[in-house]
Amino acid sequence: MITLPRLPRLLHPRHAQVVAKAVLWAMTLATVGVLFYIIYFVLRRGLGHVGWDFLTEMPRRSGSVGGIFSTIVGTLYVTGVGVVVATPIGLGAAIYLAEYTREGRLTRIVRFGAESLAGVPSIIFGLFGFAFFVTYLRFGWSILSGGLTLAFMILPTIIRTSEEALRAVPQSYREVALSLGASKWQAIVRVVMPAAAPGILTGIILGVGRSVSETAAVIFTSGVSLKMPHSLFDSTRTMSVHFYTLTMESISEPKAYATAAVLVITILLINVAAYTLMNRFTRKFR
Amino acid sequence: MKDRVIEKALLLAALSAIGILALITIFIFREGLPVVFSKGPGEFLTGTVWQPSRGHYGLVPMIVGSAIVTFGALIIGVPLGLACAVVLAEMAPPRARKILKPTIELLAGIPSVVYGFIGMMILVPWIRNNPALGGTGSSALAASIILGIMILPTIIGISIDAIEAVPRSYREGSRALGATEWQTITGVVIPAARSGIVAGVILGMGRAVGETMAVIMVAGNSVQIPDSILKPVRTLTANIALEMSYASGQHEQALFATAIVLFIIIMLLNSLAGLARRKKKRKRKLKGDPAGGVEVA
Repeated sequence: MITLPRLPRLLHPRHAQVVAKAVLWAMTLATVGVLFYIIYFVLRRGLGHVGWDFLTEMPRRSGSVGGIFSTIVGTLYVTGVGVVVATPIGLGAAIYLAEYTREGRLTRIVRFGAESLAGVPSIIFGLFGFAFFVTYLRFGWSILSGGLTLAFMILPTIIRTSEEALRAVPQSYREVALSLGASKWQAIVRVVMPAAAPGILTGIILGVGRSVSETAAVIFTSGVSLKMPHSLFDSTRTMSVHFYTLTMESISEPKAYATAAVLVITILLINVAAYTLMNRFTRKFR
Repeated sequence: MKDRVIEKALLLAALSAIGILALITIFIFREGLPVVFSKGPGEFLTGTVWQPSRGHYGLVPMIVGSAIVTFGALIIGVPLGLACAVVLAEMAPPRARKILKPTIELLAGIPSVVYGFIGMMILVPWIRNNPALGGTGSSALAASIILGIMILPTIIGISIDAIEAVPRSYREGSRALGATEWQTITGVVIPAARSGIVAGVILGMGRAVGETMAVIMVAGNSVQIPDSILKPVRTLTANIALEMSYASGQHEQALFATAIVLFIIIMLLNSLAGLARRKKKRKRKLKGDPAGGVEVA
């Protein structure tokens, strides 16, 4: 065993405390400052190029002219597929963990799976989606491939937040429902889930946020088509992928800034929504 | 009867995550292993030349590249992250905390392409034009700084949880012995929260190793073992993402082999973080002894 090394005392402990606190606060404010600067930088240079027509016009000439309409639609479709697929599975897993089992070997395996999946980098999801959905299942570069890949990626988030939400519902809710003659499942569906709904919704919104901002996992599964998608098997380009292409291929700096501004505002709104919901939810059970 | 069916269905959903993990493992290995066997694992792990057109698939420059930017990210991210965690968990008044915490969580929501873009537009030119730094600007240094910021939410979130899990009695005991608030934080609270903080740092490392888009946009991406942090580097993730769009045949398999190396590194880091977290829980269960927290094992 090693004890922490004692530094020679240069300052009176009370003075040391003042200095240390000042340094730590400065570091924290610097971190927050970086965040605000990023948002400010993107919005200041981008918002001027964002108008109604930018949002509603199709991109032309690789996006150097026109708007980003088809990429907004593409983002909505891919995110939609991801959330629609991941939510029932994630919620089911959460119900099982919170309501149907005690901590044991099985829950350890389930948690190991969810934690490990949460740590897998998005580029690996992208490669996997390409090998599995695009090639092996022959879905091609499509909304379906991208959406399913995203579903796998956001599953751990939905499991974790839903489980926490279910566990936050007081035990008495279940007892009352059961004592009135409800079956276990009825108690869960009619009483526990409605009470936990805001918490569950927060997880879904966070999943939406991750899907919207994701690039590496969708570029190899949904492709880069700028055409308007008409079916789940059409290729599409999401806003993030479009932004990446505009920047890396130096297509148009104003359009890149504008797309970044739209992305950042979307993410801001999503985060505010998630935070407000979560706040209301935790206050309810405190 | 109905309840039994429901329970089985829910169990299936619960096992989905581990099932997906298995599926990912199978498909990455299935695509990548053939070329590893035909070339020999040594070619990948010790070769320093990456020339897919000539059948050279040495990954050493990329492994070194990933290691450098990850290490750099930790140098920036760990002190900043710890400082934020301590301020938020121990020092900030509740009202300041209510604003600061969601703000910092927002850092995690910003798309990695936006981080990369900011790096390209601000950081890279700044490094290029700074007389003390120089070079092209697209460099290991730029990637380290961007990654250092990107891993902050991971480090902060998990460290806050770890610090808040330290029982109140530890702090009270320390203060009662005459320690200042700051002495209590450094001498009692942080040592007691150590394994949780370590878990956060390891998970942050995992994020840095796995980040792709932001790194591609600022790191320069040339295949070389850099002799300075101002030189461009290519990471394992960048190697995959840059060449995937046009690779085919053995070249494509080699990119999956790159993913295998990356996947193994990530799983190792995940397991380490898991171990650190469990150690914390076990320790707290076994002994409520405040002295146990002060010593570094």
